[in-house]
Amino acid sequence: MGEERTRYKLVLGYGTCGIAAGANAVKTALEEAVEKGSYDVDLDIAGCMGYCFKEPIIEVTDRERDYSVVYGDLDAKKVLQVLEEHILNGRVIEEWVVRKSDDPSFGEGDFLANQHRIVLRNCGRINPESIDEYIAVGGYQAARKALTQMTSEEVIDEVSKSGLRGRGGAGFPTGTKWGFARKARGEEKYLVCNADEGDPGAFMDRSVLEGDPHSVIEGMIIAGYAIGAKQGYIYCRAEYPLALKRLEIAIDHLHQRGYLGKGIFGTDWDFDIKIKKGAGAFVCGEETALMASIEGRRGMPNPRPPFPANEGLWRKPTNINNVETLAAVPWIISHGGDKYAELGTEKSKGTKVFCLAGKVRRSGLAEVPMGYTLRQVIFDVGGGVREGKEFKAVQMGGPSGGCLPAELLDTPVDYEAITATGAIMGSGGMIVADSSTCMVDLARYFLSFTQEESCGKCVPCRIGTKRMLEILTRICEGKGVPEDMEKLQTLAADIKAASLCALGGTAPNPVLTTLKYFRNEYEDHILRHKCTAGVCPALITLFINEETCTGCGACLKVCPTGAISGEKKEPHKIDPELCIRCKLCLSRCPTESIWAE
Amino acid sequence: MEEIKININGRDIVTSADRTIMEAARDHGIEIPNLCYEERLEPYGSCRICLVEVEGARGLLPSCYTRVTEGMVIRTNTDELHRIRKTIIELLLSDHPVDCMTCERAGNCKLQDLAYEYGVKKSPFEGEVHVYDILADNPLIERDYNKCVLCGRCIRICREVQGVGVYDFVNRGFKAVPGTPYGKPLQETPCEFCGQCVSTCPTGAITSIPSKGKGRIWQVEKVRTTCTYCGCGCQIDLHVREGKVVEVSSPVMVGPGEGNLCVKGRYGYGFIDHPDRLTSPLIRKKGKLVEASWEEALDLVARSIRKAVDTSGPDSVAFLTSARCTNEENYLMQKLARAAVGTNNIDHCARL
Ligand SMILES: Cc1cc2nc3c(=O)[nH]c(=O)nc-3n(C[C@H](O)[C@H](O)[C@H](O)COP(=O)(O)O)c2cc1C
Ligand code: SF4
Ligand code: SF4
Ligand code: SF4
Repeated sequence: MGEERTRYKLVLGYGTCGIAAGANAVKTALEEAVEKGSYDVDLDIAGCMGYCFKEPIIEVTDRERDYSVVYGDLDAKKVLQVLEEHILNGRVIEEWVVRKSDDPSFGEGDFLANQHRIVLRNCGRINPESIDEYIAVGGYQAARKALTQMTSEEVIDEVSKSGLRGRGGAGFPTGTKWGFARKARGEEKYLVCNADEGDPGAFMDRSVLEGDPHSVIEGMIIAGYAIGAKQGYIYCRAEYPLALKRLEIAIDHLHQRGYLGKGIFGTDWDFDIKIKKGAGAFVCGEETALMASIEGRRGMPNPRPPFPANEGLWRKPTNINNVETLAAVPWIISHGGDKYAELGTEKSKGTKVFCLAGKVRRSGLAEVPMGYTLRQVIFDVGGGVREGKEFKAVQMGGPSGGCLPAELLDTPVDYEAITATGAIMGSGGMIVADSSTCMVDLARYFLSFTQEESCGKCVPCRIGTKRMLEILTRICEGKGVPEDMEKLQTLAADIKAASLCALGGTAPNPVLTTLKYFRNEYEDHILRHKCTAGVCPALITLFINEETCTGCGACLKVCPTGAISGEKKEPHKIDPELCIRCKLCLSRCPTESIWAE
Repeated sequence: MEEIKININGRDIVTSADRTIMEAARDHGIEIPNLCYEERLEPYGSCRICLVEVEGARGLLPSCYTRVTEGMVIRTNTDELHRIRKTIIELLLSDHPVDCMTCERAGNCKLQDLAYEYGVKKSPFEGEVHVYDILADNPLIERDYNKCVLCGRCIRICREVQGVGVYDFVNRGFKAVPGTPYGKPLQETPCEFCGQCVSTCPTGAITSIPSKGKGRIWQVEKVRTTCTYCGCGCQIDLHVREGKVVEVSSPVMVGPGEGNLCVKGRYGYGFIDHPDRLTSPLIRKKGKLVEASWEEALDLVARSIRKAVDTSGPDSVAFLTSARCTNEENYLMQKLARAAVGTNNIDHCARL
């Protein structure tokens, strides 16, 4: 934390989401201006605050008044105006404000107000590249406490008491898993942090690593001590360069402080961490494939048993935990397992981070207590569907999750309740679909992902999902036959039962859930040759509404096949023979007179 | 190993705790169908044909991979298992040329046997079928990955048994296939041309070029013999058709080699019918090599040795033995040199 000599502190959101939205330009502009001018500010960076939909953002804290405002949708020019108006003249630029610290109802304030942040406790609040800032907010107190005041068993008990379950997808009780690894026979044991995060639409682990890498490392130190592992690995994909950089910085700092290495925290306990970069295969997130990859082999899963707790890395007892699981651990040790267990449902305790993506108005990172309903997450936190469109479905749990309809919006965020619907909690991806999404096409998309990412080892997943995908493609192309639905169903059941790992075991979920909840769309495609959402090119026709068309010609200009004709200022027409249904015109029409059916 | 009790298909069985379900079942006459399983290799669990039901387990378990535990109750032949196995075979055949008519491995192919057993005439699944070039980039081993079932046996035998590691899978999803680094021809890899991969491939995906078209398994007579190349004593089966050796294989888990052969044992049979091959001893008479009987030849050798020893002493003679002899034979040879002739001039070709 900077020395408190200036009145204002400016913190720039500098995670991948911010950088992608243009934070680098904002940063340069800010730094230059502050260098030249005489503003009463100091600058700092932080990871993602969760407001991905408003990036680039900047939080201005007025230290005199203990008050802060978050500005969003900034650019290099706007940020200079913030300096002029807010810092020099003390005038808040209301229309750019995303959140005011003293008024949660203002702007997008309820986005944060409706959350409960444990894992994300420091994300967006501290500079992730500074160990001092982490320590200033109580960092490494939990590790110190565990190592100096608790036995390994007491640590495991505390985590068991918290009810924490693995956030990597399977939801296995963390304390129990640590207990297995602790009891496993063997001198050498390993602790692995799974930071592969390969599902499209998921970025919670990345955000935590970019925004608060120390919390994960502290969790690892505690976990290593609990199970008796002196060597930790972080398996992180090379596509996360910023996360990797911040992890490396953090590990360097820890070595300098004696918090990693030999005799850490002044005890006789040794613990160190190596980073292993993955090449970015979805399947390498599966724990046995991940270990194969660390060992230098091709990342392919192996059957379990034997479980990693008994035969893991190099056949030694190994415990693997997800980033989010580990980041919750220091909080649990500091505040007590009971405190964590106060949140949530009977079997799912604590909080869960979700990545809101798709057609949701506020796409970003949200942490809510277990037990919140999907409706609360999507509407109260996420702000509902974009452009006021109608909610149609939410894909829960990434590509191997399931697609749930509006009727199930009151399902609580709870492992068992979500599994009962046919979806999975997974790692916490929530992709929202509105009426413009075709559910058959959506299922096809997710299956094409899992098929491509299948490691190819076992037959049901390698060929089975390929055949399912081909059937779905046929349906989307209008070549489906009524038996296809039955065929999908039975093949899906066999794939789920026979696949070696959970990639194949869950790959059919999007198909099964859409068949269950959106069967009418399959029937529309197959029996009536219609794609009601207007998505599948082979099944739609584009029309121009003669009443509202102003004859501006915008559509005519973009049509690549010359299918549109019409005199200026007269209603235009589309020739269905020439139209290739690319929908370019639809996106250009200023009066929304073009529709697909 | 600790003895434990399990139950398979209603039968109580006593077995030892280090057995897998498949092994324990086989010990008691219960065969569990499989494809990627090979006795010479570490279990792999990829084909999913050998899945069985185990009471209390989460989901089906690969019997080749899973060790038995006390009190395990296992079912190997339920309707559900039958259906799943059939689906897997149907899926495999949906991406297979099914040209058994002309396939080298017909009659000796695990995929064919499974299709027969489960009555899969034609796959109900249609879709993309791989079209890979056939790789015949060397004189011995042909690879036709259109027939590959991705059991990984070639990969594993080359790595686990040969210690070479020429192959691994490349690509993912439907495009996954075994391959060499950067798709190089086998000669440009560390391949030893032992043909172990040929021997383990359960389908016609990897075959031997020298035996191509020379007769399928039912057309040959297998003659069991011992490989003559070295003293290891690997058991080999000569595949004989019309009085000619057309291929050599080795019975799995039989003899000291347990079914593994090197390049010489497997491919070095060309000498058998070679016109240059010596079939009787030759004695040089008046500058010309003339056929002789063994008796005559051995007599000549014995006389010559004696003469040399008598005129110039025992160290005027040297003995050289061969790696093609057994240890016992080599021992006897040095005995002959040291005890009978009285010289230490004894050496062995393996030292050269
Ligand atoms: C295909 C597949 C991909 C996975 N990807 C991840 C991942 O990216 N991150 C993760 O933590 N767990 C992933 N898992 C789950 C891991 O196998 C494992 O259960 C988890 O890392 C255990 O940690 P936890 O107990 O803290 O959840 C994946 C599983 C499968 C089957
Ligand atoms: S289920 Fe798919 S990803 Fe998992 S082992 Fe089988 S082929 Fe590989
Ligand atoms: S011939 Fe032998 S060394 Fe060569 S690839 Fe096959 S198993 Fe490996
Ligand atoms: S080539 Fe043969 S042994 Fe190798 S993976 Fe394919 S089917 Fe198996």
